[in-house]
Amino acid sequence: MRDYVTFLFRAWRLSFQGSARYYAWMSVLTLISLLGLHAWARQFVDGLQTTGMTNQVSWGAYIANFTFLVGVAAAAVMLVIPAYIYKKEHMHEVVLFGELIAIAVIVMCLLFVTVDLGHPERFHHMIPPFGVFNFPGSILSWDVIVLNGYLMLNLHIAGYLLYCRYHHRQPTRLFYIPFVFLSIVWAVSIHTVTAFLYVGLAGRGYWHHPLVPSRFLASAFVAGPALMIVTFQIIRRTTRYFICDEPIFTLRMIMTVAMIINMFLLGCELFTEFYYPTAHAAAAHYLFFGLHGHAGLVPWIWAAVSLNTLGLAFLMTPVSRHITGLNVACVACFIGIWTEKGMGLIIPGFVPTPLGQVVEYLPTLNETMVCLGIWAFGALLFSWMLHVAIPIMNGSLRAKPDLSAATQ
Amino acid sequence: MSHDPQNEVSPRTVEQVYKPMNRRTFLKGAAASMIGVAGLMAALKPLLELESGAVTLDDLLQKHYRELTREDLQRIIISLAQKEQREYGVYPNLRDVKPLDGVEFGYALNLTRCIGCRKCANACLKENNQSREDAKDLEMSYIRVLELNKGAINLETSDPYYDPALVPQEGKYYMPVQCHQCRQSPCTKVCPVQATWQEQDGLVVVDYNWCIGCRYCMAACPYDARRFNYKKPTVAKDQINPNQSYLSNRIRPKGVVEKCTFCLHRTREGKYPACQEVCPTGARVFGNLLDPNSEISYVLNNKRVYILKEDVGTQPRFYYFFDK
Repeated sequence: MRDYVTFLFRAWRLSFQGSARYYAWMSVLTLISLLGLHAWARQFVDGLQTTGMTNQVSWGAYIANFTFLVGVAAAAVMLVIPAYIYKKEHMHEVVLFGELIAIAVIVMCLLFVTVDLGHPERFHHMIPPFGVFNFPGSILSWDVIVLNGYLMLNLHIAGYLLYCRYHHRQPTRLFYIPFVFLSIVWAVSIHTVTAFLYVGLAGRGYWHHPLVPSRFLASAFVAGPALMIVTFQIIRRTTRYFICDEPIFTLRMIMTVAMIINMFLLGCELFTEFYYPTAHAAAAHYLFFGLHGHAGLVPWIWAAVSLNTLGLAFLMTPVSRHITGLNVACVACFIGIWTEKGMGLIIPGFVPTPLGQVVEYLPTLNETMVCLGIWAFGALLFSWMLHVAIPIMNGSLRAKPDLSAATQ
Repeated sequence: MSHDPQNEVSPRTVEQVYKPMNRRTFLKGAAASMIGVAGLMAALKPLLELESGAVTLDDLLQKHYRELTREDLQRIIISLAQKEQREYGVYPNLRDVKPLDGVEFGYALNLTRCIGCRKCANACLKENNQSREDAKDLEMSYIRVLELNKGAINLETSDPYYDPALVPQEGKYYMPVQCHQCRQSPCTKVCPVQATWQEQDGLVVVDYNWCIGCRYCMAACPYDARRFNYKKPTVAKDQINPNQSYLSNRIRPKGVVEKCTFCLHRTREGKYPACQEVCPTGARVFGNLLDPNSEISYVLNNKRVYILKEDVGTQPRFYYFFDK
């Protein structure tokens, strides 16, 4: 127990030590987070009128970002599966980073849901025994359970492995292997449940569609690995932790397959919506071509389709065998999927309304600041976790360092 | 975890990993902490503008409506009434009107008779203590009257913002839409905290003191019948309807969802809903579905009845019908 307190204290001290570059990076992120917090405080006082949402379009950028990020968190499983099921040695050196990304991203998801609430101070109404939990009726209750469960699983696995490494001892398999396998199933469940949030609404034709969960998973397994590939390169350049090319190219293969499936499913969706024009296609029509003179999302979705096509073209050709080409593909896919799965999925659910009204949505500056703040906070959290984890992983921070080795 | 030899750096002492604190680092740290705390305070500064009583301990500890004892509810109602007096200048006749035994309310609307005058939507706004300062406020009305082209029931080409000098217009007909008080209500099913539910008489209500404002119910509603308080309602003192009940038309706090309750503070006491009473053409028929002799039962048994979005499976208690 005392050991553990020492460990926490050391981790704390370590957080405030680093190069000038580290300080600059963390300061900028802190500043943006605080600006976001300021915008949120403004929203808390004035109500959600500070956002661009209306009675017709009652969810906006917050829920769009939430949806996208649940996918990124779930994608950590794409490191866990090769490492633990296919026993790929080279994946073991990065799998922990995937779990840390999952932790940071789930925290972002929870923040995005919280800022969307009209009464965040009543959050405990969801938590038994203080509240009344509508389980199993409400899919949102399911989402609360699976998201928090996933957070706990990853905190446990990553925390336990790091602590063992800090003590320079072999982790006991029984303490983490069952949780690792549980986390694989759980990762799929968080994104499926999040998809069911929308699919379960029979009154919204655009969402009430069995392809949505499959597309969610496929696009998540593109966006998540894209983020990881870029992150791993940053880690190996800026820290004393070497990551070889193999994990990066394993992820490239996963991305390619997932992107092919994603684009195929998009094609299926487009065929269903447009081959025989029914009233249900109105939302898709609004998204891709505009409806009754309203075309707010048309440039967004075509930008997303172009970026995704570009990304896929790069991934499927030898261009992405070079790291620069791969990075271009990653950035294109990440932004493309963020656009398509965020605003491109949420807003057309509300346009036109069930009564046929077309009301467009545009986030306000205040709302955008809140979103930026949460993104910055997520990056801050992840950077901090890396800053503490890497000295433990490369062996420079140990409970009882064996100094005789150093003097030789 | 990696045990890749490439990743092993030579072990260092704890002092090498993080340098011990000395006066210089301590002062630096203290300065940085001060800046951090100042930044945090500055970020949270808008919270100072919160009205007193915006978030109280009593509010936070309040239980769900259906778990409250009669005394608790009475105490809460008095404190809500006092708050309304402080903030809006009127002490309302606020009470909790319970459902009646043997009653299930139903509503039918005669599409042949409706002329689209929107008197119902207007009366609704007044009855339910809603803001009415600008066009955005009018969106809060529980009733949207759609202008449709004759020849089809096509919602997609309908217009809720029609504004001719005279109604009805040639070639058009009108369809008011409000909460359908569904038997299979998707809104109550999705609420994560059961802040909205169906009462014994079929009315779907919201506990404004319990709603967390996630708006999932709005996404679930196929009739676009729910409204969210994006801002605190602004009702002038002389516009306030003091006849209020806890689950219906009391002035709502900001950040919660509200909806049509068939004016339960009137109908549970034997009166008609405000929209029915004001209708100049008698297009609206309201009554007890369980009473075989009620007018609503007559309409359902003898007229050609149309259910909006029947395919969604909501089984509404709100019907449209046609003469001839």
